[in-house]
Amino acid sequence: MDYTRQIKDHWREQRLFTRRIIACSVIAVLLSGTVLTRLAILQLVNAEYYAAQSQGNRIRVQPLPPARGLIFDRNQNILAENTPSYQLEVTPEQVPDLEDTLTRLESSGLIKSESTGRIRNLIASKRRFDSIPIRQGMSDDEVARFAVLRPYFPGVEIRARLARYYPYGNIAAHALGYVSGISAADQEMLDPAEYAGSAYIGKVAVERAFEPDLHGLPGHQDVLVNVRGRMMQVLDTELAVPGRDLILSLDINAQMTAEAELEGRRGAVVAIDPSNGEILVFASAPGFDPNGFIRGLSREEFRTLQNDADQPLFNRALRGAYPPGSTIKPMLALAGLEQNSSLATQRVYCRGYYSLPGNPHRYRDWKPEGHGLINLHDAVAQSCDTYFYEMANELGIDIISRTLMDFGLGTSTDIDIGPESNGLVPTREWKRRNFSAPEDQIWFPGETVITGIGQGYLLATPLQLAHATATIAARGKRFRPSMVQGIRDPMTGAIAQRQPRELTPVHVSNASNWDQIVSAMEAVITDPRGTARAIGMDAPWSIAGKSGTAQVFSVAQNETYNKEELAERMRDHALFVAFAPVEEPRIAVAVIVENGGSGSGVAGPVARKVLDTYLGGAAL
Amino acid sequence: MMSPSGRRGAQSYGTTTHLLRRMHLDPQLMAGLLVVLALGMFVLFSASGNDADLLVGHVARIGLAALVMVVVAQINIAWMRRVAPWVYFAGLAMLALVLAIGDVGGGAQRWLDIGVRFQPSELMKLAVPAMLAWLLHDRALPPSLLLTAGMLLLIAAPVGMIALQPDLGTAILIGLTGAAVIFLAGIGIRYIVAATAMAFAAMPLLWYLMHPYQKQRVLTLLDPEKDPLGAGYHIIQSKIAIGSGGIFGKGWLNGSQGQLEFLPERSTDFIFAVIGEEFGFIGVTLLLLLYLLIIARGFVIAAAAQDTFSRLLAGSISVTFFFYVFVNTAMVTGLLPVVGVPLPLVSAGGTSMVTLLAGFGILMSVQTHRKLLPR
Repeated sequence: MDYTRQIKDHWREQRLFTRRIIACSVIAVLLSGTVLTRLAILQLVNAEYYAAQSQGNRIRVQPLPPARGLIFDRNQNILAENTPSYQLEVTPEQVPDLEDTLTRLESSGLIKSESTGRIRNLIASKRRFDSIPIRQGMSDDEVARFAVLRPYFPGVEIRARLARYYPYGNIAAHALGYVSGISAADQEMLDPAEYAGSAYIGKVAVERAFEPDLHGLPGHQDVLVNVRGRMMQVLDTELAVPGRDLILSLDINAQMTAEAELEGRRGAVVAIDPSNGEILVFASAPGFDPNGFIRGLSREEFRTLQNDADQPLFNRALRGAYPPGSTIKPMLALAGLEQNSSLATQRVYCRGYYSLPGNPHRYRDWKPEGHGLINLHDAVAQSCDTYFYEMANELGIDIISRTLMDFGLGTSTDIDIGPESNGLVPTREWKRRNFSAPEDQIWFPGETVITGIGQGYLLATPLQLAHATATIAARGKRFRPSMVQGIRDPMTGAIAQRQPRELTPVHVSNASNWDQIVSAMEAVITDPRGTARAIGMDAPWSIAGKSGTAQVFSVAQNETYNKEELAERMRDHALFVAFAPVEEPRIAVAVIVENGGSGSGVAGPVARKVLDTYLGGAAL
Repeated sequence: MMSPSGRRGAQSYGTTTHLLRRMHLDPQLMAGLLVVLALGMFVLFSASGNDADLLVGHVARIGLAALVMVVVAQINIAWMRRVAPWVYFAGLAMLALVLAIGDVGGGAQRWLDIGVRFQPSELMKLAVPAMLAWLLHDRALPPSLLLTAGMLLLIAAPVGMIALQPDLGTAILIGLTGAAVIFLAGIGIRYIVAATAMAFAAMPLLWYLMHPYQKQRVLTLLDPEKDPLGAGYHIIQSKIAIGSGGIFGKGWLNGSQGQLEFLPERSTDFIFAVIGEEFGFIGVTLLLLLYLLIIARGFVIAAAAQDTFSRLLAGSISVTFFFYVFVNTAMVTGLLPVVGVPLPLVSAGGTSMVTLLAGFGILMSVQTHRKLLPR
């Protein structure tokens, strides 16, 4: 310590202190000036920048997904709707002990033990204040069970969300399509603003083709949020515009009949109203339950669907291209009449086979002993192959293919739920372009001959066959096939009817030619020797039809073929086309049963039942 | 310079002023404090998200602190000088006790539970300058180098212990208070320059001794955008709040940053940002002016004090008050790292209000217990 103490000079010390206080004041003013300058920079110079930042902080725009449009059949039966689906949701920040909660939910059977890993990942990927669905599609029983346990699970809630539901399940699945989660590929196609908040998108058929109508427009809520994103106040709400409802031309009863008939088989049934092109039945078997896609198929389930040899996801009605077989004979007969072919007016002797002049190759008739002397009417009714071999040879491939194309074969029908298969109508030009070897690029007369009975290169979809049959029924008038009849605005209830679109008609020089064809097709069912006489029994309405049996497997020359020995999948496809009532046709139908064997025996009865259900209504 | 009010006689003041004088309270200081405290209540109500309970608690603390201030003002400054060393060493002992057994609050040991929860570091805010002033009161000034070294030791002991709690903000403030006493005692400018140079040289060592979160705060100050959701979040949100207030502010209770809790610690250390947001540049400028007026009054009282102890104590308390205001506003505006220093008289919470008003009680005691000496 300092012992040589100085004398205190009070006056001097006070002056020193005052100087120091002044120095402090100056420093204080300078430092305050620094802070004020800083404030001026923030609040005066950069005020706008920070104001924008603070706006962005507090306002969040939350999308309100629209309710998807409903789908009805022509009689107001609901085919696709939105049902409240109960799901368990957890908000992590409100849960005291997440692990314990999950364990207890698992032991009470509300979540499956195999899904807890997925749930943990899901929770980890979300924000703590998000409500995270951990279990969808709860049953009433489970909802009740949880209601009792609720007090023991803070932060866990049951919420009702709208989910697509197809009350008919498998029925009409290939017509309706289904909705499913938005995939990365979908994401690229759509406007993200329109799908903000939407979980599902239409995948195929009607759900896909009419997605813009069905989806609707999302609304939004501008909400004031706090720093945790928790909603504090709704500033502005713009309600979602629900999607438009679709009224299909489909008749669900006839559809159910068709699908019941196809049960256990592979095949398709398409029925069209000849007066306007409306699709009445659109069945493809086997089908699938579209509700599975909403629930979310497990990897296992999806693999089973995809790898099934029967290809349940394949839309046979739209994309299955089959040799049409004898079902094209009425169209060829019409061409013969139009061309004033000598065959059309005279009889031909059928001895069970046909050979081209100067060629020993025998084109066999389905009836080995032959039909004897036969004219056009009987040749259609009895499906005489020999007659049409000769007819084809006389007409030549150019006229045959042009006629078939006039009926819509070989090109897209432009149905509103495409894309579809075009089928194939072979021409000389087609052969030249599609074969590489020069010797194969020539059209051979033999190829014309087999085209005459709907074999060879010729391929048609069930939809095309139904369309062609409807064209015959409407005597040449053609309409674009359409699945959707009307679109209803759910806000006003107004239905915008979709007008039938007429296509280029099949032109005939003499209208009586139609009468001859139709009468021959009626004889298929009414004539004692008609191929399908069995299906016309006790019919309350007149039916015109044509059977077809398409070879899948070529039988070598000089060999008889034994159905039993052929593997099931080598058997012929069974086809049948029909329309009714003949006088004023209201329905035209095409049936294909893959490897069904006989057209009249297997496909015919299916067609009859569909006609009866549609024409007879629910009574039959 | 104002003439010492005592000489003008009581008759020149109104009856209220007269009453205040007789209660040993300084009218000018009282006016300034009351205005800031009242404004502070409004701001705090808004900053707490309209939390009336919090406001009631705040008002209760102000009441307690005001009582302490009035009591302190009655105590003759000479008596304070006599007890200063005892209080200082008692405080030091309590600090040691806190480190040994103290309660953990906010991640740091600061509290001592003696019936009421009590922070010894708050006591040291007044005890340290009082101790230094006691040491210097009958010595010739400026102090010798040896004496200065002794004072630095007396400062370093409590500062070190408080920094260990860890409470860097308070430690720095007490260090600065001690430094203010040394500066006011008239230490030579060359020593100050030398000390500053040494402080800069010691920075790497300080860096080494800092806790990771303290280092983070310094790094964050240099580049807040680097960690916008972590350590930089405070500064970014605070700057948005202040900047978006503009000239006139968004209006009381209308600051979205504060009301919607984007601003962390909005009712305590970052309340200045709420003022900036809701009252704009005009509001913060006025508040700063009010603070400067209070400080100016403190300097006047210190300059007019009659003995070395009063002078140094009053001066250092005023300087410390300024440090409070400056460190807090500079930190909230992003000029200084985030050290936990509340905005004096406005921020909600704790012992600091009591300490602050006790300090002003000392200033009032200095002003009102003077012997009426002719000049």
